Amino acid sequence: MAEGVAPSEFPPPVDSVEEFVKRELDPEEERIDVGVVIVGGGPAGLACANRLLQLLADEPELMERLGEVPVAVIEKGKACGAHNLSGAMMRPSGLKELFPDKEPSEWPTYGTVAKDTVYWMLSPSRAIPLKPTPPPFRNHGNYMVSVAELSRWLATQAEEAGAYILTETSAQQLLVEDGVVRGVRSGDKGRGKDGEELGNFEPGSDVTAKATVLAEGTWGHLTGAAIKEFALAEDREPQVWALGVKEVWEVARPLDRVIHTLGWPLRYGAKWHEFGGSWIYPMGENRVSLGFVAGLDYTDATFSVHDVLQEFKTSKLVRAILDGGKRVSWGAKAIPEGGYWAMPKPSAPGMVICGDSAGMVNVPILKGIHYAIHAGIYAAETIFEQLKGGGTDFSAYDKRVEDSVIGQELYRSRNMKQPFGRGFFVGGAIANAMEISGGRFPGGRWPNHRDSESPMTIGDRRKSYPKPDGKYTFDKLSSVYVSGNATRDDAPNHIRVRREVPREIAETWVWMCPAGVYEIPEEASENGMVDVIVNYTNCVQCGAITAKGGRLTPPEGGDGPLYTIT
Amino acid sequence: MADVLTYVLHYEGELNKNSLGAVSEGAARAKEIGGECHALVLGGDDLTDELCQSVGAYGATKVFRARGSEGLAQPVVDAMAKVIGEHGHGYALFGGGLLGFEIGAGLAARMRAGVTMEVINVRAEDGKLVAERPILQDSKISVSRYQGDLGIIIGRINAFEARTVDGGSAEVVDVEVDYSAWSDQAKMVQRGEQRGADVDIEGADILVAGGRGLGKPEGFELAEALASAFGGNAAVAATRAVVDAGWYPYAAQIGQTGKTVSPKLYLAAGISGAIQHKVGMQSSENIVAINKDANAPIFEFSDLGIVGDLNKILPKLTEAIKAKKGG
Amino acid sequence: MKICVLVKEVPDAAVEKRIDPSTGRLDRSGEKNLNPYDTHAIEAAMQIREGGAAEVEEIVAVTMGPESAVRALHKAVSLGADRSMHLTDEALAGSDVAATGYALAKALEKESPDLVLLGQQSDDGECYTIGAVVADHLKMPSLTQVIKMDVQNGGLRCERQAEYGYDTVEVSLPAVISVGDAINEPRYPSLKAIMGARKKPLETVSAGDVGIEASQVGEEGSRVKCGDFHDPEAKPPGQIIEDEDTDETVQKIVAWLEERKLI
Repeated sequence: MAEGVAPSEFPPPVDSVEEFVKRELDPEEERIDVGVVIVGGGPAGLACANRLLQLLADEPELMERLGEVPVAVIEKGKACGAHNLSGAMMRPSGLKELFPDKEPSEWPTYGTVAKDTVYWMLSPSRAIPLKPTPPPFRNHGNYMVSVAELSRWLATQAEEAGAYILTETSAQQLLVEDGVVRGVRSGDKGRGKDGEELGNFEPGSDVTAKATVLAEGTWGHLTGAAIKEFALAEDREPQVWALGVKEVWEVARPLDRVIHTLGWPLRYGAKWHEFGGSWIYPMGENRVSLGFVAGLDYTDATFSVHDVLQEFKTSKLVRAILDGGKRVSWGAKAIPEGGYWAMPKPSAPGMVICGDSAGMVNVPILKGIHYAIHAGIYAAETIFEQLKGGGTDFSAYDKRVEDSVIGQELYRSRNMKQPFGRGFFVGGAIANAMEISGGRFPGGRWPNHRDSESPMTIGDRRKSYPKPDGKYTFDKLSSVYVSGNATRDDAPNHIRVRREVPREIAETWVWMCPAGVYEIPEEASENGMVDVIVNYTNCVQCGAITAKGGRLTPPEGGDGPLYTIT
Repeated sequence: MADVLTYVLHYEGELNKNSLGAVSEGAARAKEIGGECHALVLGGDDLTDELCQSVGAYGATKVFRARGSEGLAQPVVDAMAKVIGEHGHGYALFGGGLLGFEIGAGLAARMRAGVTMEVINVRAEDGKLVAERPILQDSKISVSRYQGDLGIIIGRINAFEARTVDGGSAEVVDVEVDYSAWSDQAKMVQRGEQRGADVDIEGADILVAGGRGLGKPEGFELAEALASAFGGNAAVAATRAVVDAGWYPYAAQIGQTGKTVSPKLYLAAGISGAIQHKVGMQSSENIVAINKDANAPIFEFSDLGIVGDLNKILPKLTEAIKAKKGG
Repeated sequence: MKICVLVKEVPDAAVEKRIDPSTGRLDRSGEKNLNPYDTHAIEAAMQIREGGAAEVEEIVAVTMGPESAVRALHKAVSLGADRSMHLTDEALAGSDVAATGYALAKALEKESPDLVLLGQQSDDGECYTIGAVVADHLKMPSLTQVIKMDVQNGGLRCERQAEYGYDTVEVSLPAVISVGDAINEPRYPSLKAIMGARKKPLETVSAGDVGIEASQVGEEGSRVKCGDFHDPEAKPPGQIIEDEDTDETVQKIVAWLEERKLI
């Protein structure tokens, strides 16, 4: 019998299809009818909006047909970009395709970086540069960006082109009528702690559209419901995630290269399932973006990516970069790691899925932003073609994605993460072989195991975490503060988890959550069941809980972090 | 020029302590630039010669007395504008409080002068006065320098300490003011109504704040007893965690999503001091913290920290304070 | 009755604000939002309209700011204003409180409102009581910190918490009233209202259009200059007492408090 308890044994009290699919539409006069509704104001959604409006500019008749609001983008954050976080070194192909007439100097980036180094960390004081730089980590020609800044910029372009961007608006339910997606229902505002209607309660609205684009990002709420409703994950591997925790620092000396690290502080043994590494990217002359990413299939309940990042910062390598500097931002976000085999079918009647929501992330090369932009473009083009002809079958999108750089590159690295389930060295060897063989070896399809199925044991990972000093290393609460997190005090709880769980699961959540949402009451027993405290107002909506046994749902529109430079 | 004119609020025969703080500050600063500090009072028969002269104890050499309806700002703007117009004061200085803000802002409009609000420090520089105020959630200080004939300085509440000078008495000068038409269009119907027994958290001089470390809702009884012992203008406050848990009402919540306070004394019992709470009370003049965890962040910014069991300390402290006050 | 509501866009409270290291000045980039205090002012206007004690023909949102301030106006309109006015002009950049109040007053003169409402302060903590500045220029009575407001007898009956308790003041119209956040719970705009906001009339006016004298505004017209941003004096590190003998500890605390005249 396997040691440890898996979170999947204590599934959250939620039925996605039952709760998040609405089948009876409001009467017509109460609905809001738009041409195309896009859920998510990140790179995928905004690329789609921009491309659609470019195409519509030349088709006034279609534009007319789409009504007063041809393109609407629904974004749950306070602004586009408020919930976006990434490293990131972006491939330029996405923006080039979206705005062929703009020069890269017009993009909101920090330019390209000439040098890159991958370090294999043996210990805090020994970092061995891998030479030559392994191909997945080469970033020549890629642009350093803050995906939050990029989203803000894309939003400005989209608004200028005529998009209606509705911020502080969540999409709670998918509208499905006779097997066709007809739009989304926006979230209510003004509910109290127990869900009761407060004095200024404002119900959401049914937003109907001829096409719905789900670009919700890594833990796509409606995407999750859609996948179940339309069986989009049939014959696919389950999605798995990693969690990235990031900081932005003002630094005393400019960093001259892109850095990635493997190894310490992660453990090599197969049973730990600790797969990941760090990035350190220069952000112009004065700042540096750094973060740590680890797969959420780890098995030690006391594993905490936030604390591992703090631990990582104590290394000689990082001190040399950050000493004399000051932390100016922090954030956390999950990353879909399932790769090619875990991508759901990205379309259903009336609907398409773009970007991280559809698992379009290439983990070995750490890229996803340009896929999101490409996907948004293909979605726009498919929808445009269909609507021109009066149709709503967007399944041509599937093939466009498959045949494009998204499908090709993801296929190439399709089995690269899974071998690491065998531990770092075996995994590394296999991954290397895969890269060298251009993806041909080893063939076949390696299965993913759901993160929530990892049996958790309470280990002693926590012993190596540094005690936060508030200047160089930080605790979770002060980090949440810096993310700009703001939530109404009397808002209802948006996190679905089983409240009474074994200690192992409770500890898993406590350590996992970068925002300190979960807490074990002082009086809880060491060995029995625990009544987990959920401080949901700290939540930065990273999505990790969805991977590890719970289910995040969108809180009231406008709540959550306000990322600006992550 | 170098004279300073302050406004002194009064109510039921007593002069407002923030106003007197402004007088003290005005007197000290005026001296540094070769000027004098004057005060203006506005009211009815309750402004006796004696009461007005007593402002001199705080450093004012003249008190301009105008007749009018107390408690409203615009008549005072008229009065101060007249006095400054005739006398040429270079600075108008106000203590913290609602009227100070209203009068100062109105005066800035009337005299086309620069105004700085929430000032915590005034100093002399090259024969002029400059004002300093905190910005960016008290993380930085901004320095204001004035141009033109008049600079208006409005202090943050409790920023200026009232200090008496020996042998101070002021000359009382009555002024006739032609009130503007609009100054008569606001009529005080009732002034200074006390509502309920609760002391206003934001106005309290002493706050005893309780957090999760109190252990249970009944823990607040200890906090209340201590606040009582301090007497007068002391109240009980709470962190968000305990308000969320229902131990204390939301009206008492301090922090990022509650109230921001700056009392003379903030005594935090069982509060860890996370930044979400800190930003609501960090500008308190004196911070005392009691917590059993020596590593609690609050000890990094408290003026006096006691690592110990609040259940033992609070009751004894309450007794000791009662003894000091009663005995 | 015509009500004008003065609104302002401010940097979002949640964003950590800083001094831009390259310019030494306040970094004003980043997310901006409608000043939360102003939402109470708009709500107050709506409640007067819906309350029935007075017939409100128009609620006009007015703002002074750069191009981006239009978003604050859209938000105000989605909350119920009928139309808006955007006063924008390069000559106004750098205006201090007095200059801003003067400029807004000139814009309001054009509208001739019966009531001007605004939020008590701006969320960035820069400006308090600009209503008093505006009122003086408009020659109207003004009150700030108003937490209750009723229309009666062609005027207003207001309550506010002042230094000594609650004051009740009657004010005749036209008047300028700054409301505190305790006055009401602002409504959330419906999606329909948000989307319809763009279609409501928005008038853009320049300083010249409303008769603003350039010498009274902008950097030139501001009589106070702020700068020299520096860190506050570091507080000396506090004292720590480990409680062993509670009686002794308490004595020390009392002595410490006495030293500072706190008891």
